[in-house]
Amino acid sequence: MLIFEHSKPDRVNGAQQAKQPVVKHAIAEQFRRKQKPLLPEVSEMQAVRHYTRLSQKNFSIDTHFYPLGSCTMKYNPRACNTLAMLPGFLQRHPLSPDNLSQGFLSCMYDLQEILKNITGMKSVSLAPMAGAQGEFAGVAMIRAYHDANGDDARTEILVPDAAHGTNPATATMCNYKVKEIPTNADGDVDLDALKKVVGPQTAGIMLTNPSTLGVFERRIKEISKIVHDAGGLLYYDGANLNAILGKVKPGDMGFDVIHMNLHKTFSTPHGGGGPGAGPVGVSERLIPFLPVPIVAQEGDEYHLLWEKDWPQSMGRLSAFAGNAGILLRAYIYARLLGREGMERVSEYATLNANYMMVKLAEAGFELAYPNRRATHEFIVTLKKQAKNLGVNTMDFAKRLLDYGVHAPTTYFPLLVPECLLIEPTETEAKEVLDYFIEAMQKIQHEAETSAEMVKLAPHTMPVRRLDDVKAARELDLTWKGSAL
Amino acid sequence: MPFIPHTEEDVREMLSAIGVKQIDDLFDEIPETLRARGLTEVPEGLSEMAVSRLMAERAKQDSRTLCFAGAGAYEHHIPAAVWEITTRGEFYSAYTPYQAEASQGTLQLLYEYQTMMASLTGMDVSNASLYDGASALAEAILMAVRANRKAKSKRILIPRTVHPSYRKVAHTIVRNQGIILEELDFDLKGGHIDPVSLPAEPGDFVAIVIPQPNFFGVLEDVDALTDWAHQHSALVIAVTNPLSLAVLTPPGEWGATGADIACGDGQPLGIPLSSGGPYFGFMCCRQDFVRQMPGRIIGRTTDLDGKPGFALTLQAREQHIRRSKATSNICTNQGLLVTAATIHMAMMGPAGLEKAASASHVQTMELLGKFKNVPGTTQLFNRPLFHEVVIRFDLPVEEVMCALSAQGIVGGVMLEEDYPELNNCLLICATETKTEADLDTYVDNLQRIAARL
Repeated sequence: MLIFEHSKPDRVNGAQQAKQPVVKHAIAEQFRRKQKPLLPEVSEMQAVRHYTRLSQKNFSIDTHFYPLGSCTMKYNPRACNTLAMLPGFLQRHPLSPDNLSQGFLSCMYDLQEILKNITGMKSVSLAPMAGAQGEFAGVAMIRAYHDANGDDARTEILVPDAAHGTNPATATMCNYKVKEIPTNADGDVDLDALKKVVGPQTAGIMLTNPSTLGVFERRIKEISKIVHDAGGLLYYDGANLNAILGKVKPGDMGFDVIHMNLHKTFSTPHGGGGPGAGPVGVSERLIPFLPVPIVAQEGDEYHLLWEKDWPQSMGRLSAFAGNAGILLRAYIYARLLGREGMERVSEYATLNANYMMVKLAEAGFELAYPNRRATHEFIVTLKKQAKNLGVNTMDFAKRLLDYGVHAPTTYFPLLVPECLLIEPTETEAKEVLDYFIEAMQKIQHEAETSAEMVKLAPHTMPVRRLDDVKAARELDLTWKGSAL
Repeated sequence: MPFIPHTEEDVREMLSAIGVKQIDDLFDEIPETLRARGLTEVPEGLSEMAVSRLMAERAKQDSRTLCFAGAGAYEHHIPAAVWEITTRGEFYSAYTPYQAEASQGTLQLLYEYQTMMASLTGMDVSNASLYDGASALAEAILMAVRANRKAKSKRILIPRTVHPSYRKVAHTIVRNQGIILEELDFDLKGGHIDPVSLPAEPGDFVAIVIPQPNFFGVLEDVDALTDWAHQHSALVIAVTNPLSLAVLTPPGEWGATGADIACGDGQPLGIPLSSGGPYFGFMCCRQDFVRQMPGRIIGRTTDLDGKPGFALTLQAREQHIRRSKATSNICTNQGLLVTAATIHMAMMGPAGLEKAASASHVQTMELLGKFKNVPGTTQLFNRPLFHEVVIRFDLPVEEVMCALSAQGIVGGVMLEEDYPELNNCLLICATETKTEADLDTYVDNLQRIAARL
């Protein structure tokens, strides 16, 4: 049932009503709304019960193993939420004067310093509100840099074919043409192909390392040299930073700009699709172009720097100062872990991934890159199952739901057929990993003995497989009063 | 080890299964010269107890303020149940509902949200959120350029009565795509765009942005502006405060045929001030523009048994499918905030939202009345307004703000930096959260400060 179907005209939730009388004439007739909006008229308990029940129809990290590759679904410590929601933080207006904001600003300044250290970049801005916005900030800075040098011949951004979709979409938003670079059989960027397309028209390259193929780009120094020698800049997509936290710094790999996904590496909530936070770090030459605001410290006082203080900035990305509450959660997480805790993140994430990879290979599953170490994630390809048994990756994914496991990322990266991208994260216990491996073996057996059953999975969810074609063809995007 | 469950025995078994001696061996594909030499600037880890104390101290530094600032972020009452339920792990720690069967809770909630927003704005459809109001406006501009096939130029008319930050963000995001944002000046008496001042022959343009209420809290003549734009084959992008729509004419009913795209910041619908974020951007539009919309969209469909269910739809617009040809690069949006807003709207209902909007307006008018007793202050604009007002001081306003903040009062927002002609002006807002005593505290302090300066 939808919340609207619990609704009855003129039912009001008394405890939440403002006590001031509604003064109709306070707003002139010509501006007034004539018909009341279609909002539920339910009691407080009806609303609480409805949304509590809806929540129970979700898989989440708190309820299920969620090895969604490239998303870093690790435990979100409860303390991060509780402490970021202290009244002093929640009540602070974004335009509060500095003398009433020192507590908040000091956390932001400390976080900037921590992020500088772990990335090896020279300066950091916390402004971008998600990974894709961090990417946008990064590429816009690359453009601003070339523009400032009067170098307007650079019209292309290079993107490996394994990249996230946000990379090419971002390059387009910055008015760059996208040139795809192929990947070789071992999962590294094809250097010969790179050398052929790089040139005076190259503005830069967008790279994820470890790549979305779950392997470390071993020849990163050479890539860096090839692109820099041609006058281009290197952009680092921090989607997979969890794999290398404390082990390698993007600044040392030669990157000029990087964004981080704090909702991945710093364990801020994924929230059913956000919010994220995508701070950017830069090398020396891009510092003038950072997005504002930037937190500065003078003596014992903290304040925000805006366009007038940072005149070459690529600009402002949000109405105020970004996803402040998420940045607070990331800061709390960083303080809980500390330096040793952060190094352990990448160690145990990598241990878990390699263990699962070896065990799945032993169980007969085909690895996309069998000769490589896993990073924090790895890829299994089910192309044999699809060909021989008619049971494909989607079927395995849906059947895993019946086993109480959220499916790994499916059909991404696009260049590995029938793939599962599996990222266990460091916060899962060995027993959970063993359970997943066992579930995969059972599904394999089911695929061999009762393929139809697997193809019709899931069988235990609130709904069975949904008709996506119908959803797109017969668009039903808002409730119009028809019964469910 | 914080949040890592491995025992020594686990580690031994796992390493032996992999066939390496130590964890560090797993990093052997990273060239030795690149290996980091420690995170020297990151502090030592603290226990939860110690971090709790640290954060409580810092939060305390910023608390006990009395806030009369608005300017796009408003303090409203939020029912306790809203965030109690929103932060349930099942909502808080799920991700984008890629596996629809295991995400029906989030998906149905988003479908309900889309229904509520479409109705509140009077539009046909809504997406499932963007980052914030400012970036939603930028996306609306990009969308209008795609949707208005009649326009030959890439000109967008954007009044100076639109939030200055929104205009800056829009500029940042669209400027690399050859789009021209042309500013329209406002009437100094009314603080609005006077339809009479609009050019009879504006030339070819894509769309006009119409704020309601505008940045000054002033109500624009939205019907005349909408009809004028449509007469010139341009689209109308409405930027609104969603709470105001509980009492004001929704964009879908502006002028003869309504606005084409409505966007804004959802913060007044159950999101705390929290230093400016996370909030969420909303976007609604006419049915025929739905394929040009950015962001996630949820559709209702049926399962194998014909039972209704919900799924992400129209994904062919999005970056993970279309890559460089997508409608936007947005991926992660502001799902958790939409969860809160949906529960908030359900909890408040149409009556509760109307009362909150109306009471906020009444409190601001009440405060305005009390300003008559503060010498040297005048209300600047003579047009009707909604819950926010511009006051000009005969005193140096920066000193007034400073003196107020020493008393823990955020007196408003200074306008001079963005509007040089509005020197010594404050944009002031009271909401339903302010009591009579709060209003008096503000005015009494002002009187004292005015007498001293």
